[in-house]
Amino acid sequence: MVPALRLVAVSKRFPGARTDAVADLSLDMPEGTVTALVGPSGCGKTTTLRMINRLVEPTSGSIDLFGTDIRQLDVHELRRRTGYVIQQAGLFPHRTVAANIATVPQLLGWDKQRVRERVDQLVGLVGLDPELLGRYPAELSGGQQQRVGVARALAADPPLLLMDEPYSAVDPIVRAHLQDELLDLQRRVRKTIVLVTHDIDEALKLADQIAVLNIGGVLEQFATPDELLRAPASPFVEQFLGRERALRRLALQPVGTGPIGPVPEVVEGLPTVTTGAPLREALDAIVAWGVEQVVVVGDDGSPVGGLDLLTITERIGNAPSRRDTA
Amino acid sequence: MSGALAQFGQYVTDHHHWDGPRGIPHRTVEHLRLSVTAMVAAAAVALPLGAWLGHVRRGGVVVQWLVNIGRAVPSLAILAILFPLSLRYGFGLGFWPTVPALVVLAIPPMFANAYAGVRGVDPATVEAARGMGLRPAQVLSRVEVPTALPLILTGVRVATLQVIATATLSAYVGFNGLGSFINEGFRQQDDAKLLTGAVAVATVALTVDALFVLLVRRATPWRMASARPSRKGTT
Repeated sequence: MVPALRLVAVSKRFPGARTDAVADLSLDMPEGTVTALVGPSGCGKTTTLRMINRLVEPTSGSIDLFGTDIRQLDVHELRRRTGYVIQQAGLFPHRTVAANIATVPQLLGWDKQRVRERVDQLVGLVGLDPELLGRYPAELSGGQQQRVGVARALAADPPLLLMDEPYSAVDPIVRAHLQDELLDLQRRVRKTIVLVTHDIDEALKLADQIAVLNIGGVLEQFATPDELLRAPASPFVEQFLGRERALRRLALQPVGTGPIGPVPEVVEGLPTVTTGAPLREALDAIVAWGVEQVVVVGDDGSPVGGLDLLTITERIGNAPSRRDTA
Repeated sequence: MSGALAQFGQYVTDHHHWDGPRGIPHRTVEHLRLSVTAMVAAAAVALPLGAWLGHVRRGGVVVQWLVNIGRAVPSLAILAILFPLSLRYGFGLGFWPTVPALVVLAIPPMFANAYAGVRGVDPATVEAARGMGLRPAQVLSRVEVPTALPLILTGVRVATLQVIATATLSAYVGFNGLGSFINEGFRQQDDAKLLTGAVAVATVALTVDALFVLLVRRATPWRMASARPSRKGTT
């Protein structure tokens, strides 16, 4: 199947620069997935994103959107078909929230009734209070502005959404909220999303696949979050990921998505976890309660199995006998 | 001085001074006609050029240089140079020789503010506009100019006040505006007349200034928004 977005040997060297900002980068992003571009400052992640909507033109290589080279598209058409969310939201200060959201539909010449209906729909989708529609951006908090930014980007229902550090300007609590909302949103709208972030935990949480970039736009590894944590391809990736990789893999995997043990013979006095909870929660209960295993319960609260330390360990592919070398 | 004030009171309450081509109303209208003509011409040059240079984010040094030169040129000197030329080429007395002098006066503040206003628009706002597929002209007209409007209008306001004040010079080349009261009052040593001209110009200037304040408020309701932080949410 043709990927939604395909980068083929894309390089960028800015005029006057002595080194590449992005070097020979090839990535496939399947339709409906979230791809995170992560790395330190100067790794070319934002430049890569800006090449996808042609705010920056590559020096060499090509970028295909659903099989069509984006250079064959009218640049303004391409951008109207591509949602774009940036760090400071970039809302138009002189326009109300409703008018901000309606920007692209208006550019596309939708009639007023259709625009109004779409705005109302989006407000619900991103979790904004409809009362805010008549206000100006200066009257909104950072988190509200960011939600408006996402609604504005989704207004014309673009298949592709580009997000450049969308949550780095809001405080950690609001950030976690917005991340959860994005996951929830993505379950409903299934966009192809490219997310630029310097926060590896944000990438692990939100992305289906992660491209780790080093200074100069060199691709160090392109893998799923679990693969990345299990087998970092280089010391750079390992260092970038940080500590407690096994614990973080456990955090990514829900209890119900792999093998579990039988229901323990005696369930009284044992902690319980739901099938939807991450494995890390089961481990936490075992450690906190000082017990051998936890009871796994279904949505209705009835026991469906048990999880002990060995099973949990095997779930992330580390048998105890291999623990010394892992 | 109290004598002069009493004479001034008599002068402006004498209905003869409110009638005819030499009366206060006619001269006020003429004064405004001259000021508006100069302002329209100056704005037509200064605002598009300043906004465009701000949009391309170039020419900062050139802008500053032009503005400084424009500010340093004395209006009276321009008037003195243009007056004989105007007579020779059939543009006559008064109105036309004065307009270019006022245009040169009005351009620097409008040009500088249009440039600074557009150039100073938050780069994130411009980035978002471009990224959403607005064409360069749309970015300028729909985002940069409206966002820069408070500063642009401030430039127009400053220029208008300078033009209204300086338009009094037109009396020296025979224009029948409010400056004529000052010119005549000075030559006839009629303090009441002189004072009438000065007060009339000041009144016109302050009235126009007040209208500008209202206009700016109406044109930029969103600026009030930032002054209402209590309505901000928490998430």
